[in-house]
Amino acid sequence: MLTNKLNKVVLILVTTLFLGACATQQAANTNGDDSYKGTETVKFLADGVPDRVFFATNKSELTTASQATLAKQATYLKANVALNVVLEGHADERGTREYNLALGERRAMAAKNYLISNGVAANRIKIISYGKEKPVNPASNVLAWSQNRRAVTVKTN
Amino acid sequence: MKYKIIKIFVLFLFITTKSYAVVSVDITRGNLDPLPTAISDFYLDSKLGENIKKLELEKKIPEMIKNNLSRSGLFFSLEKKSFIQKPEVAHNKPRFEDWAFIKAQVLVTGKISLEKEGKLRVEFKLWDVVSATELSALAFYTTPDNWRRVSHMISDKVYERLTGEKGYFDSRIIYVSETGPKVDKKKRLAVMDQDGYGVKYLTLGNELVLTPRFSPTNQYVTYMSYFKNMPRVYLLNIEKGTQELVGDFPGMTFAPRFSPDGKKIIMSFAQEGNSEIYSMDIKTRVVEKLTDHPSIDTSPSYSPDGSYICFNSDRSGFQQIYTMKSDGTNVKRISFGEGLYGTPVWSPRGDLIAFTKLYRNKFYIGVMRADGSGERLLTENFYQEAPSWAPNGRVLIFYRETASDKDGKGGGAKLWSIDLTGYNERLVNTPTDASDPSWSGLLSSK
Repeated sequence: MLTNKLNKVVLILVTTLFLGACATQQAANTNGDDSYKGTETVKFLADGVPDRVFFATNKSELTTASQATLAKQATYLKANVALNVVLEGHADERGTREYNLALGERRAMAAKNYLISNGVAANRIKIISYGKEKPVNPASNVLAWSQNRRAVTVKTN
Repeated sequence: MKYKIIKIFVLFLFITTKSYAVVSVDITRGNLDPLPTAISDFYLDSKLGENIKKLELEKKIPEMIKNNLSRSGLFFSLEKKSFIQKPEVAHNKPRFEDWAFIKAQVLVTGKISLEKEGKLRVEFKLWDVVSATELSALAFYTTPDNWRRVSHMISDKVYERLTGEKGYFDSRIIYVSETGPKVDKKKRLAVMDQDGYGVKYLTLGNELVLTPRFSPTNQYVTYMSYFKNMPRVYLLNIEKGTQELVGDFPGMTFAPRFSPDGKKIIMSFAQEGNSEIYSMDIKTRVVEKLTDHPSIDTSPSYSPDGSYICFNSDRSGFQQIYTMKSDGTNVKRISFGEGLYGTPVWSPRGDLIAFTKLYRNKFYIGVMRADGSGERLLTENFYQEAPSWAPNGRVLIFYRETASDKDGKGGGAKLWSIDLTGYNERLVNTPTDASDPSWSGLLSSK
């Protein structure tokens, strides 16, 4: 008897949790932040300094996570003054080619500006846009698209 | 719903389309009711030498005309084995009742003879079987190796006589050939005849190349290249094989297109995260900035008279289509439907703008009038974009990309064409995957 009741309670709890998770997911989507939050595909400029930041669909604004990553990059670059970098801006495959070239440039510039505002000299940073031409994940799914919407900091010397 | 819209449009065009012959093709109806057409083998003059005879042009030329006309979706080619008359008889004076018996409404015949050493005379006649009259006849003089172009020119004449509109068969398509894995594609400029024959590669694939477009004279191509890892717009002379950088911009230039007089290139220049539209006079190198807005402005395309430009901007917050005067004044948003709009291209007739639309995760190719009214979506798919108009403004070519699986396999881009009515969607064969197609003007009109 008691176990039966308990089971029911557990079931209800699980259902609520599940629905709750769905609602959070939806809220995230309506906010437009479908940027990638994981660590797959990420490389490192140095220990603890991730090389890339991710963007929401059609967006070039830096998320809080992106700002934290770029702040680490800025600290690293200021400590290694001989290093120059190029910021590569990318888009996912769900947009027209020409618009995506512009979007990639805008993303690279957003990252560059953040590095500059954190004290990195502007002449140490070049930018280039590849639009949707160089996906890091070639799959055609939501995960791949989120990993491909990125700005990657690459050392040039 | 879609069909209703098409019907109204069909009616409208039908009234305004002139009909020249007793038999005529209603070009607004696509392949609903293609015209039954008999294309006879040509008659080969017996005085021709063996070296010419073995080329079998008397079969190859009509075969190519047949392929062109069938592909347009407006003509239905009757089986050759049902033809009763010999090519010679048919060409001189057909017995129309024989052709009416096999339900042919029009008949194409021809004769190939020797003009002088090394030069052929290729004559064709177009007959109206229903009213038993000759509609047109024309002779072309050519070297034997040029038989393909002659076939295309005859196809254009037949098309023009029966539809009342210029043809588009004597034209070429430039595109980007794609090979290799998706994360590291090798892209080369390629050019071919409109029917897919004679593919030639114009670049080696050492650097990424995108969005080639023909000049109005078809002699030049403007495109974007990552040569030396600097994404810039280039101008290529395809006859001489020479190329040069367009302008001296301190950043990425992209999305180039010629002005209708061929004197300017219009393109985007990205600087400090902001893309604006510029034009550059090819001869004087004078550069003009045409937009001034902190948003993305790109994909510009001139109206055929050169007085307006349509372009893509996200100044409203999302990608939409805008028009402006060619001096940059009078900016007006014209797309107001749900979804995102990109890649506007002005029709060579001036009345329509073709575009790509993204709506609820599907991509559409569509057309709207230059004031943004009358939007019609022609085709829906997982991914497709970048329509380009055939020289007569009746057909669009674009590229479509299929989804790849979770390992990144199975996806790929191909060229497709579709009639303005939304009918007659066809794969355009290319030896490799292909994207960014751009149709030339009619070669014979230059």
